[in-house]
Amino acid sequence: MSFTDASLAALAAQLAGKSVSSRELTQHFLDRINALNPSINAFVTVDADKSLAEAAAADALIASGRAAPLTGVPIAHKDIFCTDGWLTTCGSKMLSNFVAPYDAHVIQRFKAAGMPSLGKTNMDEFAMGSSNETSYFGPVKNPWDTARVPGGSSGGAAACIAARMAPAATGTDTGGSIRQPAAFAGITGLKPTYGLVSRYGMIAFASSLDQAGPMAKSAEDCALLLNVMTGFDPNDSTSLERDKEDYARDLDQPLSGLRVGLPKEFFAEGLNNDVARAVEAAVSELKKLGATTVEVSLANAGLAIPVYYVLAPAEASSNLSRFDGVRYGYRAPEYTDLNDMYAKTRAQGFGAEVKRRILIGAYVLSHGYYDAYYLQAQKIRRLIADDFAEAFKVCDVILGPTAPGTAFKLGEKSDDPVEMYLNDLYTIPANLAGLPGMSLPCGFDSASLPIGLQLVGNYFSEAKMLNVAHQYQRATDWHIRRPEGLLP
Amino acid sequence: MKWETVIGLEVHTQLATRSKIFSGSSTAFGAAPNTQASAVDIALPGVLPVLNKGAVECAIKFGLAIGATLNRVNIFDRKNYFYPDLPKGYQISQLAQPIVEGGALKIVVDGEEKTVRLTRAHMEEDAGKSLHEDFHGMTGIDLNRAGTPLLEIVSEPDMRSSAEAVAYAKALHTLVTWIGICDGNMMEGSFRVDANVSVRPVGQAEFGTRREIKNLNSFKFLQQAIDYEVRWQIETLEDGGRIEQATVLFDPDSGETRMMRSKEDAHDYRYFPDPDLLPVKLDDAWIARVQDELPELPAAMQARFVEAYGVSAYDAAVLTGSRALADYFEAAAQACGQGKLAANWVMGELSAALNRADLGIEQSPVSAAQLGALINRIHDGTLSGKLAKQVFEGLWEGTGEVDAIIEARGLKQMSDSGELEKIIDEVLAANPKSVEEFRAGKDKAFNALVGQVMRATKGRANPAQVNDLLKAKLG
Repeated sequence: MSFTDASLAALAAQLAGKSVSSRELTQHFLDRINALNPSINAFVTVDADKSLAEAAAADALIASGRAAPLTGVPIAHKDIFCTDGWLTTCGSKMLSNFVAPYDAHVIQRFKAAGMPSLGKTNMDEFAMGSSNETSYFGPVKNPWDTARVPGGSSGGAAACIAARMAPAATGTDTGGSIRQPAAFAGITGLKPTYGLVSRYGMIAFASSLDQAGPMAKSAEDCALLLNVMTGFDPNDSTSLERDKEDYARDLDQPLSGLRVGLPKEFFAEGLNNDVARAVEAAVSELKKLGATTVEVSLANAGLAIPVYYVLAPAEASSNLSRFDGVRYGYRAPEYTDLNDMYAKTRAQGFGAEVKRRILIGAYVLSHGYYDAYYLQAQKIRRLIADDFAEAFKVCDVILGPTAPGTAFKLGEKSDDPVEMYLNDLYTIPANLAGLPGMSLPCGFDSASLPIGLQLVGNYFSEAKMLNVAHQYQRATDWHIRRPEGLLP
Repeated sequence: MKWETVIGLEVHTQLATRSKIFSGSSTAFGAAPNTQASAVDIALPGVLPVLNKGAVECAIKFGLAIGATLNRVNIFDRKNYFYPDLPKGYQISQLAQPIVEGGALKIVVDGEEKTVRLTRAHMEEDAGKSLHEDFHGMTGIDLNRAGTPLLEIVSEPDMRSSAEAVAYAKALHTLVTWIGICDGNMMEGSFRVDANVSVRPVGQAEFGTRREIKNLNSFKFLQQAIDYEVRWQIETLEDGGRIEQATVLFDPDSGETRMMRSKEDAHDYRYFPDPDLLPVKLDDAWIARVQDELPELPAAMQARFVEAYGVSAYDAAVLTGSRALADYFEAAAQACGQGKLAANWVMGELSAALNRADLGIEQSPVSAAQLGALINRIHDGTLSGKLAKQVFEGLWEGTGEVDAIIEARGLKQMSDSGELEKIIDEVLAANPKSVEEFRAGKDKAFNALVGQVMRATKGRANPAQVNDLLKAKLG
């Protein structure tokens, strides 16, 4: 098998067997990036010298017999993670000149595991978007159809896996930013339980919702990546102190007796027919593997979008206050006084979607509106979590579509924010409840675009979800398909 | 019309932790600009706060010391506003659920005791400093102070004069330094006072409109600022004007307050719970452990001083003016077993000498053990009060220990009556005129003879003994 389509385990085996070096492997993917990035725009920053130096260090680790399971396997990082010595832009003009002086916790972990970085992937500005069109560095194109969006905000990460420019990538998910692009790009991505992966060094969008996770070609690959990413970090107060687990431990378990919950609200009005059919076919496949289904209700899930668009902008309006032109990042070239400097810097440095959310956030937190918006939204957030708790009394995993439709055309929804926001209808509830969620390919629509299947598990049930996804992927080949006509 | 003044104080105390409240940077004062500012302090993208438990323990100590309620679950909020020395664009503080609520502090003004109630005390981080000098029209930012832990202590509007406000501020200053949660250094900004001041006609139930005087960093300025503000408000009202709610600054040079911002300019801080920090949970074990670390408090110590050392209530209050003073007194009293005498010496000779030299009790050249030894020599009759002062001077100058000084300077009070009698006989023989005058009924002549004896003994004679012997000899 070529490196291009190989699983992480296969790549690791070849590295361990010394049939390929990390330098060769890294060069292979750098070559693909070089050839494909001009049309896909998945990467904001590529630095071959740095990547190859990290690969050489990985080779030394392998030679010395001190290799970790994935040592030498290269990975692409979303440009939301601070990376020492690399430009870290978060998709914004505001940070277009910002070279991070430190590594995010997640980056530290991948470095410690000996995994060279292939570069920094494009994303919606400050992770605010569902199409990757809000990036200051231009939209990412969907490798399945370059006239279409790859989803967002981890659009660069999803696209670079789909186009096989990288075997693995990091993403972050605040309202669906790993799962929705994974669905649009036909790859597998997982958002862990909130608190499992440290947020230190990950540029904050909405702190109570942000969570980093792996994006790759398969559930098995995601399990191996999750093994590297998770762990307690004293630098993040919301990081959870738990025993280390092996997320690949249950991959091969049979699914007999698995109880799959089907929330009726996820199969209602607004769901595209092709998507509905593909998800129903996936349910049949799981039944063949021994699963049973049960209807569950997430009665308050319909309120998830309004709740999210109060809470996430509220936190964002405060989180983004540090981008003021004083200490780092963009500063307006001309201004008359301090307030003018702030106003011009932020007017010029932020794009329209970021400004819209800062305004919404400042509004819902302002005096006289706080109780009606922010406090009310927090109460509903609790009700949504309660709905899930109730559902998990009768099922092991919840299943549904990842997004109501498939990849849409560039520009198709950029003039209608509400239409854009509706894309995250099925993904946002898991963020509000802090639950793990994942998306995996389950078919194609009539336009040959990939369709995503979503699994939502109970807290800390990642190993179970990965087990379900892996067994499904052993029985199907949706995840192996890749866009034609890019490169062999 | 008769006016009544109403004052409430908000005091920012810098907590005496070694590192900052949400980062590991040092809190030491006076370092070169921005050398004590970490990635967290300068708010780089992606950094997160981690709470310093030491700051929480300081707040718990304070709550226990004032008999307040400690909120078992308390929450950090973000206070959002833009300023160049506020790196995150928000200050982490506590709004709705502060760690400390209620409690009270006793003050004494003109001999009258009064209780000032406290509203609350909450933890927050300090901002950095904007430096407007030396930058030629630009502003320098020093973030060393950014993230220094503060406890903001808010009183009820219970004070009715500047004297009461100063007494409360002093009592609070004594308490926070006493329990070791603040170094109390007002010059370095460790203890900063905001005063909310209003006036109302005597007898009126509602409060008048208040103005807040910001950032007073000495008790003198606090007094002056309130006195000026009260006069200004009364004059304004009596001239038919109105008081508008406002924040004002006190200018020590002019002695006046001036407007900083009006209510219309007030920020909407858009407070909300900080999602980066978990609620602070206090359990019984933690509180009990902090309670164990708490020293004896001033009020309890005053009562004990009266009881154990027989000092007056007034003296006990003076001696507990600071923990260092109280510790000094107690060590001296225990060294000699003479509480009353020790109190007199500490508040008298020692305090006067320290004042002259502009030294604090901590820097006293005379140790409590030395003072105790000195008092022992007074009590056992070795030294007269007058000689003791000479020994004290010797101790102050560091010339040696008490007995060595007595020996070296020959200051021992004469206790051998045989030797004294011999000297008296010599004095009588040398002063026949005085003896005659005394016998003729002139009392003054007797005093002259006593003086002669004291001179001949270089002050070492016990004056009472000299009197007795002289009277006996002159029959």
